[in-house]
Parts: sequence; C-alpha cells; structure tokens
Amino acid sequence: METSTRFNWRESVRMGLIAGVIALSLSLIGLVETFGGRDIIGGVVSLGQIFLFGAIMGVGYFSAQRNLNARAGVNLLGGLLIGVLASLPLVVLIFVAEPINLRQFLPNASPALLELITFGQEQVTGALIMVAVCGVLGLIGAGIYLLPSRLRRPLLIGLLLVLLIGLLSEIIILAWGNKGLGLKIRPLIFAAKGLSIRGALLVFLVVAGLNAAWSSQGDRVRQRLDALPSGQQRAFRWSSLILGLVILLFLPMILRTYLTEVIDNVGLYVLMGLGLNIVVGFAGLLDLGYVAFFAIGAYTMGVLTSQGDLGVGGMSFWMALPFAVLASVMAGIILGVPVLRMRGDYLAIVTLGFGEIIRILALSDFLAPVIGGAQGILKIPKARIGGVELVAPEQLYYLILGACLIAAYVSWRLRDSRLGRQWMAMREDEDVAQAMGIDLVQTKLLAFAIGAAFSGMSGAIFASKLSSIFPHSFNLLISINVLSLIILGGIGSLPGVVVGALILVGLPELLREFAEYRLLMYGALLIVMMIVRPEGFWPEATRKRELHGYEELEAKAVPAE
Amino acid sequence: MAMLEVENIHVYYGNIHALKGISLTVEEGEIVTLIGANGAGKSTTLFTISGLLKPREGTVRLEGEDLRSYPAHEIVAKGVCQVPEGRRIFTRLTVLENLEMGAFTRTDRAGINRDLERVFKLFPRLEERRNQVGGTLSGGEQQMLAIGRALMARPRLLLLDEPSMGLAPMLVEGIFETIQDINREGTTVLLVEQNAQMALQVAHRGYVLETGQIALSDTAANLRQNEMVQKVYLGIT
Repeated sequence: METSTRFNWRESVRMGLIAGVIALSLSLIGLVETFGGRDIIGGVVSLGQIFLFGAIMGVGYFSAQRNLNARAGVNLLGGLLIGVLASLPLVVLIFVAEPINLRQFLPNASPALLELITFGQEQVTGALIMVAVCGVLGLIGAGIYLLPSRLRRPLLIGLLLVLLIGLLSEIIILAWGNKGLGLKIRPLIFAAKGLSIRGALLVFLVVAGLNAAWSSQGDRVRQRLDALPSGQQRAFRWSSLILGLVILLFLPMILRTYLTEVIDNVGLYVLMGLGLNIVVGFAGLLDLGYVAFFAIGAYTMGVLTSQGDLGVGGMSFWMALPFAVLASVMAGIILGVPVLRMRGDYLAIVTLGFGEIIRILALSDFLAPVIGGAQGILKIPKARIGGVELVAPEQLYYLILGACLIAAYVSWRLRDSRLGRQWMAMREDEDVAQAMGIDLVQTKLLAFAIGAAFSGMSGAIFASKLSSIFPHSFNLLISINVLSLIILGGIGSLPGVVVGALILVGLPELLREFAEYRLLMYGALLIVMMIVRPEGFWPEATRKRELHGYEELEAKAVPAE
Repeated sequence: MAMLEVENIHVYYGNIHALKGISLTVEEGEIVTLIGANGAGKSTTLFTISGLLKPREGTVRLEGEDLRSYPAHEIVAKGVCQVPEGRRIFTRLTVLENLEMGAFTRTDRAGINRDLERVFKLFPRLEERRNQVGGTLSGGEQQMLAIGRALMARPRLLLLDEPSMGLAPMLVEGIFETIQDINREGTTVLLVEQNAQMALQVAHRGYVLETGQIALSDTAANLRQNEMVQKVYLGIT
C-alpha cells in the first residue's frame, strides 16, 4: 500500500484521458445519441448524458480514492484536471466532425450527437461549455469521495435510486400510474418523460434520508435483534420468511400483467440458475452447455403434449412433466460419464460442445420428422390446474413460483447435506476429496443429474408457456446468461441466483431501449462487478470469507491465543 | 502376515516408467520410511497404495486383501489414509470444517467427537484456531491440520508424504514428535521423506528409493550407519 501524501498527477492525467476516451467511444458507437431522448429527469438530464458524463464523474471519484492521503484541495484540483482532460477528446470531436465528414466512416457521429455535445451552441461556445461541465463534474466526483462516509453513502444511494426510478418511469407509470392512488401521486413525481425535478428531489431526499437513518440506527436495531432470546429470534426469522412468501403470493396483483410477464421470465432463469448453481457453484464443475438440458426438457414436453402433427403422447402438462425432467436427468448422466476425468478448462470445452450438439440436433433434418427441425414444435397445450388453463402471465407465475420454491428448497437442503459436503470437498480439491473417502464418480454424476433436472423443468414450463418451441431459442447465449447470472449473484449462493436473474434478465427486459446494447451492458456490468465485488452481489459465506474475510477472521482469532 | 504388502509394482505415467518393480512391507505398529531423491518414486508409491494411481503390474495387499480392484475412496474406508504432499488442506474452509471433512467416511458421531478431542490434544494450536479459515494458517499449522484431518478418518495405516516440506527446523521436530505419538497410540505409519536425517530417527525401518527401484532396505539404525546413505542422504562424509 502506498502511503505517500503526494498526489499522483501522472496517474490522474492518464485516468482523465481514459475517461475522455470512454466518453468519446460511447458517443461514437451511438449510445449517447440513442439515449439522448430518454429523459431521467424530464428536460434536464437524459440517459445519454449520464452515459457521457458518468465515466468522468466516476474517474474523478476513483482518483480521489486512489490519493486519499493527499490534501483535500489538491484532490479537488486533481478532479478538475481529470474532468478537463476528459473533455478533450470530445472537444476534438466537435471541431473535427464537420470538416472531415466523419460520418463517412463513423455513421454515429451525427448532427444530433454534435448538437447534444455542444449543448445546442456554436462550436466554440459549445466546446467551452463542454470543458467547463466536464471539469466541474470531475471536481464533483472527487468531492463526493471526500465527503465523510456517513454523508457519502446516502448521497450515492440516493442518486442511484433517482437514476433507477427515472429509468423505469415508463414502466412504473404503466403499472401503477393510471389508477386510484397512483393517479394522484403521478403528477407529483413524474414529468411527461422521466422524473420531474420535484420528483427527483423528493426521491433523493427520501432515499438518502432512509439510508442515513439506517446507517446510524441499523447497528443498534441489529444488536437488539441479536440480543433477543433464540426462540424469539427464530420466531422473527420465521415471520420474515412467511411475510416474504405472502409478498411472493400477491406479487402478480402488485406488478400487473407486463411486469409479471417479466418476472415469469426471470423465474425460468432462476430455475435454471439454481440448477447450474449446483453444478458450478456447489460442485465446481464448469458447464458451458447447460442450455442442452433446458432444450431437452422443452422438447420432451413438446413431443409428449403437442396437439399438432408432431405430438405423439397427447399427454397433459402434468403427465409429461416427470418425463421431461427424467429425460434431462438422463442427458445429464450421459454427459457426465464421459467427462468424469476432465477438469476445469477441458470440462468447459466438452460441455460447450455438448450444448451445441443438442442445438444442432434440434435443428437437423435428420430429426425433423420427430421434433420439427427449424419449424419447431407447435400447438403445445398450456398446463391446467383443476379446470383452469394457465394462460395469463399471472397464472403462469404461480406455476413458475412453485417450481422455483421446490428447486430452492432442494438446493438449500442439499447444500447442508452429506452430498453438499461431498460437492464442496470436490470443488476445493478433487484428489484430496478422493483421499478423504469421497466417491468422485457418484458425486459428479449426482451434480450433473440434479442440475439437469432443474433445467429440464424450466424448459418444460418454457415450452408450455410459449406454446411452441424452435431450435433458435436454445442457443449458447442462454448458457452464458445463466452462468453470468450466478457469477453476478455470487457463485454458490441461493439468494444470489435470484438477485443475479433479476439484474441480468429482468433489467434488460425493462430497459427495452437497451436491447441492441444489451450485450455491451452485460459485458460492462460483469467487468465492473468482478473488479468491485468479485464475490457477487449476495455471496455465499465461504466465498465471501475467501475474498474479503481474512483480516476480520484473523482479528477475531487473535484473542484466543 | 504383514499389514501392508506391496509386491513388485510397476506404475507408469503415460509412457514414463515411474516405478520399476517396487516391493515393500509394513508390519502393524511400525513406522516405516521411504527416503530418496526427487523423482525417485516416493510419492508415486504412496499414490499407488492409496489407490489414486493403479499399478500396471504387481499387487498391493492390505492384510492379505488385494487393494487394486478398489477405488480410492473405498480404500480410505478400509483404514488407509494419505496426507498428500504440500499439505493441500481445504483453504477456504475453517479448521473445524477441514477436520470434519476428514471424518467423511464415518457416521459414528460420538467417535468422531472423541477423535476431534484427540486431534486437538495432539495439536493444541488447531484448537485455538478451530474457527479460522485454513488458508490463513501458517505452513506449520497447515501441516498439523493436514495430519489431523487424516487422523479424523481413523486410519489404521497413515501415509505421510513429506510432512517436513517447507517448514522451519524447529517445527519439523515438533511434527516428527507428534508422528511418534500417533504411532504409539496404535497407528501404523508409512512416511515418505527427503529429510532422511529426521525420518531415520523416528522410523523403525527404512527403504531407500532410487529411480523407481528399491536400492536398500534395512532397519533405520542400520541405514543411519550405512556408508552410502550417510554420503548421499545424510550429507556425512
């Protein structure tokens, strides 16, 4: 650790230029312009501007963090310098775009973009404003870090929530803004597009206030909770669990149709995530072809229940479900046997191949008479409970919720079971696990089989939800998505799967404009995530310990001597 | 009948002929050591006994029963437990979790608790650090944990691979004293060591391995007096 009190100017220059290049490239790939019209705070701040300037503020913040021993004034000056430097690439763009007709090779350097980055002014005036704005933002970024942390945290979280609510304003209005109480609150917070200024302030103050209150009082509440006798603690835990379940039960009524549809998709990914979490998180077997089991579940359901030409069983959803799960389990074991001796990278490649084989088989002419080839399987009936056909997202929600709860319960029980310990030992060190008397063959096959079962169940529900399935729904991207979401949530952690799925599947569905930039967002989010929180959003205890807890645990262990 | 009889085993890594017909016996209650230079085949011999490697020729018998047909995890259940070289504890699990993992094959809760007490008596350091994560232990403590973990399987035959590796001389002495304690409590020990000095002091008998073959075998006392051993392994001229 560097403890010098000198400010590292050279690094600041570099960081400033990097921030500038980020802002420039975000502009030139069209991100800034596309989202220029998407207001976060109506008429004041657009999402495009946040992309443009976010990096600059962020770098100002990090610069102050890196030089925390320097004097505050110097640090602020550093932030200013970074901001000014960061504006330079954009200034160059302002002056260069027109004379050399940049659009010929950079189609996104459009007049609209130029208008946006000159703030609608003349070139020179615009450029000056840009330099000034960036400088101030860099300064603010550094300034935020210099605030005492009890002010900084509420401030950052407040800003983050304003951003989030601004982003989601359309959906929030759609779901709640048109009836009853919502209609009354709506003009208070929202403008025609995005939040109103008043609304933004309101949201910021409420959130920041709550956060400040929690960080000053939260410890005391927690202490009091810890001090309760264990019976009452258990009662508290049970009642919060029951409260959570009740909220889950009534969720579709709160969320309305569109958001419920989104949650349904999240749920299918949660189900897959829980399965892959067993394979990758518990057992440490890197599986990149996980979509194969999803596909097998879906196709089994399709073939057994379809009322079209390809249907052979004419079964109901419930009759076919066990077969779909069983078929996936068999596939899991069939994949498992040849890869028993493989580890790490090799295993990943083989499973990747397995996933592709299944997809190509589904697409092939060879199997087309059975599973339809590129035409897929149509007319898959919906599930029925009693006499009710589960058609609407709100009805399907309960089916998916039920499946997720079962999978979560099974995962949770398995994690603490003997089998869970077998997986853990194998994940940590295969040779030693074997030397401890653990049967690797059985342990690995069970991980593959149970993981595949959840995925197959998800696929089966997916098939009946969509009524038709096509090979292109089962591409590699799904495997990558599922893997990403468990890494993002925290490998091996059950709540992490839900958090990861909400972020990676739910968020892009909500931000429909992101669609074409979705993978970019993905990549950026994963990179930031791995740097800032390598253990995931909701990490499992062991991994948290590995990445952050050594100091704490050592501190705790010392008094024992 | 000897407890462990290894007869004329040949082991290959791909095309490399690592063990060229090794035979050795370990009697119940003994400490037997295998000494030799790097690459002589000491660890390979242990891996073959514990079933992680299979010999192409020859037999490994535990109390007359041929072990070759059993997978490694069943050999553990028969009472042979290996402490692998380089300690290889579960670095992310706590000391207690590591030890409990060692008792994986057992289900007798009371017996496991008794053995836990026993391990903590042998290595008081581990009890002090029972809730600490394995990866944060010092090298010596990790070695204690690795040995303790193996003891938790309640082995009748303990295979130790280079317990002195990377440890300070004082710690090495402590570890070797504990190995003798373990042996006195009734566990047979097969000890692989490069530190021939220490190994021959605690062992009853020893084998000298050279490039996959047994070069010498004798009582430890005799080996200590042997001219060749003194020159090559003990550094006495």
